[in-house]
Amino acid sequence: MTMDHVQEALDHVATDQVAIPDKPKMFRRRSGRAIAGVAGGLADHLGVPVVWVRTAFALLAALNGAGLLAYGLLWVFVQQQTEETAKAPTSKERQQAFGLIALGVGLAVASGTLTGFISGWVAVPLAVAMIGLAVVWREADESQRRRWRVGAKDGFAGAFLGGGGWSAAIRIVAGVALVITGIGVVALRSGSLDQVQFALIAVIATLIGVAVLTIPFWLRLVRDLSDERKARIRTDERAEIAAHLHDSVLQTLALIQKQSEQPREVARLARSQERELRGWLYGPNGYGKPAEMDEETATTGQLSEALATACGEVEDTFAISVGQVVVGDAELDDSLVALVQAAREAIVNAAKHAGVEEVSVFAEVEPTSVTVFVRDRGKGFDPDLVPDDRHGLADSIRGRMTRHGGTCKVRTAPGEGTEVQLAMPVKAGKGAA
Amino acid sequence: MTDSQREPVKVFLVDDHALFRAGVRTELDSITDEVRVVGEAGSVAEAVAGIARTKPQVVLLDVHMPDGGGAEVLRRVRPELPDVVFLALSVSDAAEDVIAVIRAGARGYVTKTISSKELVRAVVRVADGDAVFSPRLAGFVLDAFADRPGSAPISDPELDLLTPRERDVLRLLARGYAYKEIASELFISVKTVETHVSSVLRKTQLSNRYELSRWASDRRLV
Repeated sequence: MTMDHVQEALDHVATDQVAIPDKPKMFRRRSGRAIAGVAGGLADHLGVPVVWVRTAFALLAALNGAGLLAYGLLWVFVQQQTEETAKAPTSKERQQAFGLIALGVGLAVASGTLTGFISGWVAVPLAVAMIGLAVVWREADESQRRRWRVGAKDGFAGAFLGGGGWSAAIRIVAGVALVITGIGVVALRSGSLDQVQFALIAVIATLIGVAVLTIPFWLRLVRDLSDERKARIRTDERAEIAAHLHDSVLQTLALIQKQSEQPREVARLARSQERELRGWLYGPNGYGKPAEMDEETATTGQLSEALATACGEVEDTFAISVGQVVVGDAELDDSLVALVQAAREAIVNAAKHAGVEEVSVFAEVEPTSVTVFVRDRGKGFDPDLVPDDRHGLADSIRGRMTRHGGTCKVRTAPGEGTEVQLAMPVKAGKGAA
Repeated sequence: MTDSQREPVKVFLVDDHALFRAGVRTELDSITDEVRVVGEAGSVAEAVAGIARTKPQVVLLDVHMPDGGGAEVLRRVRPELPDVVFLALSVSDAAEDVIAVIRAGARGYVTKTISSKELVRAVVRVADGDAVFSPRLAGFVLDAFADRPGSAPISDPELDLLTPRERDVLRLLARGYAYKEIASELFISVKTVETHVSSVLRKTQLSNRYELSRWASDRRLV
């Protein structure tokens, strides 16, 4: 194959494999497959009838076998479904599929021969080699399925045979024989070469054959490794959860037993622990996130959660109560994270300087902006009389806001309490309920 | 507001947690003589019977109870005793529960974390016929009347929409402002603020606009 064709095929694969963020991962079909379930999987992924996909592959095969290469690459790099789906194919579909396979292979060979891309006599051994390859790879799929069923992860031979016994071994051997035959014929027929060159060609051919044949098994080894790594991560996470519960909930329960004479203190402890646990479970970086979230593209969460977490932290740190009300909600982005951080600083300031037991926080998500009000009924202050070394507070809140295009207003006077008003513009469509 | 010469307000407690009832009772009885607890109940049936027997002015009602919760008590008592005023009390953050109790006829909602003094003030205020909107309830109502994709169509503008003024008042309530502060903020009298709040309460109770369950799940309230 020329580089152009390879590039073309790769492009083809790439466009199929570029994951659109909200699309689920593509899997090859397990049931109702003609060869490897690639076409079916692709059809499921793109939401089109499977016949179209198969036809597309068959027609692409006419481009010097680009369709076949694309199919092969998808076969190798796309994982099988782990679950059997109940959809059994109709016999008509099956016939169609085999017809299209024949058509694709035929077109590939014919176009290759016509364009002189491969010389005529090579087509037959090449086809033989490809059939052998398909047999071996299919066997790899089968053994993978058996391993899913059994859950075995046993050594090298297991990786190859996957508990399929003799019949699997025979199928693999047959496939290997076909591939070697195909490659061997090509090598032997390549004219009047002297011995050294012939040996060289034979060795290279064999190496290529082995490499091609074992692709699925190498891939599987890599995947097994990553599976084991995932399992280890899960174990670590469990340990972390246990540690967290021990450090927080159990300690608080012990404290509550000690303080049982003071119902108010008990209530305060219990409340703050409940909030802390909720935040830990459901907060932006919480453990109890819905499972459908992709680990890599986990969203940063919702504004209301982030704000609740911030309020809770301040409540715990300064032993005051922060009443928070959020109207509407929005996905967090950089500017909203800055808004939450600014709000948090404002709450901390109120807790530190106002000398009150309670701070009110109100956030409202509107179509074009998100506003947050942080209010206390405390001392208040004269903004003009703040000593220079204390400017950092207001400035850091204001700075955070203005860097992201937001605004910050402070209403205060001595004895009047303080209200910090924060407003952050949002892109239209973000302010969803 | 009140003068110290008036009769204490008769209060009845409904909550399925005996511990909580005992706590509130002690607090209310010790802190002030403005209110007097005349009875308590831990279930819907007990509450209905107890309220009929003791004829309180104000019932403090837990939103969450087995067999129907606070709303069920309201539904069974109100036809018989329309003069009894209900004030909802809850630890719950679940908007749909709170709004359900308001729609069943409660005149206000406060969280269980409210201080005793505030609670007494709220009880006296509902006894006087006012509504009591905690900041959280103000937020819930704003949410319920918000126009967003998926909210129910408006059939009766009279009931299904808040006026800009009502919205301003609710926002200030949600921000933790007292009536007096709201009045000076909006350059209106305290009386007018009370009128707005009562009008919002009426709309919340009578409007058929929102599909609350859906709205609450949209909010992903845990």
